[in-house]
Amino acid sequence: MTQHFQTLVVGSGPAGIAAATVAAEYGSRVGLIDDNPDIGGQIWRAQRGKSGPDISHGGGAERWSKRLFASSVTRLQGWSVFDQPSPYTLRAERQNIAADFSYDQLILATGARERFLPFPGWTLPNVMGVGAIQAMVKGGLPVQGKRIVVAGSGPLLLAVAAALRAAGAVVVCIAEQASIKSLTPFALSLVRDPAKILQGLRYRASTFGVPFHTGSWPVAATGKDRISSVTLSIHGSLQEIPCDYLACGFHLVSNIELASMLGCRIDQGIVAVDELQRTSIPGIFCAGEPTGIGGLEKSLLEGEIAGLASAGHPEKTRSLITQHQAAARFAVKLDHAFALRPELKNLSQNDTIVCRCEDVSFAALQGHTSWRSAKLHTRCGMGPCQGRICGSATEVLFGWNASSVRPPVLPSLISSLISPTDGNPSSLQKAK
Amino acid sequence: MPKPIRPDSVQITIDGEPRTIEAGTTVAVAIAVAGLPGRTSVSGQPRGPLCAMGICFECRATVNGIAHRRTCQIVCEPGMDILTQ
Amino acid sequence: MIRTCDVAILGCGIVGSACALECARAGMSVIVIEQDTPGSGATAAGMGHIVVMDDSPAQFALTSYSQMLWRQLSPELPANVEYHACGTIWVAADDEELAEAHRKQTYYTTRGLPAEMLDSAQLREAEPNLNPSLAGGLRVLSDAVLYSPSAAAYFMQQAQQCSARLLYGRCVQASHGEVRLEDGTTLHAKIIINATGALSPDLTPGILVKKRKGHLIITDRYPGFLNHQLVELGYLKSAHSTIGDSVAFNVQPRKTGQLLIGSSRQYDAEDSGVDHAIIASMIERAALYMPKLPSLSALRIWSGFRAATPDKLPLIGPTEDPTVFLATGHEGLGITTSLATARLLLDHLLKRPSAIPLAPYLPSRVAAGVAHA
Repeated sequence: MTQHFQTLVVGSGPAGIAAATVAAEYGSRVGLIDDNPDIGGQIWRAQRGKSGPDISHGGGAERWSKRLFASSVTRLQGWSVFDQPSPYTLRAERQNIAADFSYDQLILATGARERFLPFPGWTLPNVMGVGAIQAMVKGGLPVQGKRIVVAGSGPLLLAVAAALRAAGAVVVCIAEQASIKSLTPFALSLVRDPAKILQGLRYRASTFGVPFHTGSWPVAATGKDRISSVTLSIHGSLQEIPCDYLACGFHLVSNIELASMLGCRIDQGIVAVDELQRTSIPGIFCAGEPTGIGGLEKSLLEGEIAGLASAGHPEKTRSLITQHQAAARFAVKLDHAFALRPELKNLSQNDTIVCRCEDVSFAALQGHTSWRSAKLHTRCGMGPCQGRICGSATEVLFGWNASSVRPPVLPSLISSLISPTDGNPSSLQKAK
Repeated sequence: MPKPIRPDSVQITIDGEPRTIEAGTTVAVAIAVAGLPGRTSVSGQPRGPLCAMGICFECRATVNGIAHRRTCQIVCEPGMDILTQ
Repeated sequence: MIRTCDVAILGCGIVGSACALECARAGMSVIVIEQDTPGSGATAAGMGHIVVMDDSPAQFALTSYSQMLWRQLSPELPANVEYHACGTIWVAADDEELAEAHRKQTYYTTRGLPAEMLDSAQLREAEPNLNPSLAGGLRVLSDAVLYSPSAAAYFMQQAQQCSARLLYGRCVQASHGEVRLEDGTTLHAKIIINATGALSPDLTPGILVKKRKGHLIITDRYPGFLNHQLVELGYLKSAHSTIGDSVAFNVQPRKTGQLLIGSSRQYDAEDSGVDHAIIASMIERAALYMPKLPSLSALRIWSGFRAATPDKLPLIGPTEDPTVFLATGHEGLGITTSLATARLLLDHLLKRPSAIPLAPYLPSRVAAGVAHA
């Protein structure tokens, strides 16, 4: 039995929450589907043992989750969307059950993932992403007293360093690859926005005493069965720092795979949308990071706009669209401020693993002139991550474009490819 | 005398060893807390979670008999049987 | 830009690269033209199964000769070709198919190819994950599997050691000793070999090669789940038919422990998208033979186009254009018969005797309406 919704929203991060809530408030029968155990996506990921999104960041999490829970949205958590078996129907998998969800309108709010760039030792246990370590802490990882180096690039570094400190970790330092020169205009632009000043001050207080190095990046991680130290290049000189964890991520990459599989036009790695968040496919909208990495405000605005537009109320989006333009400008500034420096392409040595699923080394990839050639002849990208990790890395390292997305958009059980295996998913939640 | 089990904790097994885990902990974290690397790569390297959001598959393990499951997306449930891969 | 060579080979798939190696080793100057990357067409899309088939005496001759050539070559193949002499088991679902297996065994063994019958219990022992209600099977241990794109790349590299050259570009015309590429490059060649598979009629108009779409699914790693390549005896019915859509049980163990699951055949399906109905049908059929298959994780699904001919035999040899030769139309046997194709073609070009007659595969047979069964 297929569940039908007038509006189906994929992804329950801020954009999806906003889209689903608003569409439901305007009378749509809405389903909100996401593969995480709980709503909130990454930035609003729930703390262990607590239900509901993490409200400690502020930014509207509490307000929006209250509105969502008060609405008639059907929340479908733990469902991994992997295919479109027929028009206007998505198939998703939960544990070993597959179910179909049909829709009149579809809003894709699939968010973003961290970009990882290889360097010697990056595959050691306890080297993970920046958002990743926060997710692990929220999932119960004890970091009290642990020495953690936070590295890579993006506003996430500061936010996560603050959260780690609050969880009792010793944040040894933060290494941001962007130079002070590229960061300054960005920092100054934040000053004009009171909300951002507050947020900045909050992070500043939380990270008081933590060295924040710009123009710095990891050169190697060392250890036997897990990381024991990281060597950072700090303003050109190398420093080896003993640590228990290295949290390292280089900004974000839009999750466009589902949009791509559905046939939406993709321009330079992001989903092309108009001012009402409509993609090139009629009836399919896209909101948030997949239309361009831009942070929380952009995601919320785009979610609202898409929700209103899909519910048949585009006229209500006018003021949102104006605000959105400002948010979009912020996104561009973000992009420029944290642009990746060329040195990051040359961190790998010959035996540095680039494709982690198949253990394909940097040396093996030399000489290939396209993603397809590398994949066919080295197995790079043939593992379960379907090229999400190594593809985003090789894009930076070699300029390759990892293209062509076919179903399943995430690995799924073979039984799920045949048909829905249990038409009545048992844990639908309308309201808590 | 066995320690009393708190009501907000969960009993699972990891690689045959029984473990008591705080309720709400993800399987990936439970494996990490147990001091295990998580998985062994195709060329024999120890690995742990990388993205912790269900994309990288570094956290994969066999959960209740089903192989290749992303443990960062799974909250520990009573009686869960986990085998690292 | 104009280049000259003895042989211009269109397409660096398994067949084209095998031809390049034969010609280069024979001392000819060779240029191979490839529009994507070696082994990226049907070579990449298909199963790398080296299998002897007895659809017709000519097919048996070609596949068994070529399988022998693969066996001779196997010790020198690099690790990334993943050559694995796991053998094939032709699976019989019932007594009727078991009788067919017996017939096949007689046919193979009287022609010097070892093949052993397995009863139901022996089949279960050989493949514990097969449905225990199957009647039995025929095991052909001289069959093998490999990873075809690496094989094509290896052949091309070896050819380059003998001074063959690989040119990346799209061929737009190839006739009368001249090959023209999209970027304007022109090659003058004494011999042109069209090895472009399903696309071959674009460059040699009028040849009777049709696209025959297939799908495959690859799973995550399950070492020990499967030991041999398994093909249902009903496979021949699917490969036999010249119209319509069909699926047949065909599953391969890769050295990685992944399973490659097929197979499907469709005519008149021009788009390369995944056909959900066919996939469902293919999986349902496979699940009859291997009930645990549906519980495995699928990583990717893809499709590709075989090059099919009316009589299910490839086109190897001269065309009406004295400079153009064909090495195409291999349907599902391109990997298997690539080596024999290259050898037979070179034998013909050098006017030397070949191990098996070329006549059944000559392009002229189809034009003249001559069928060799």
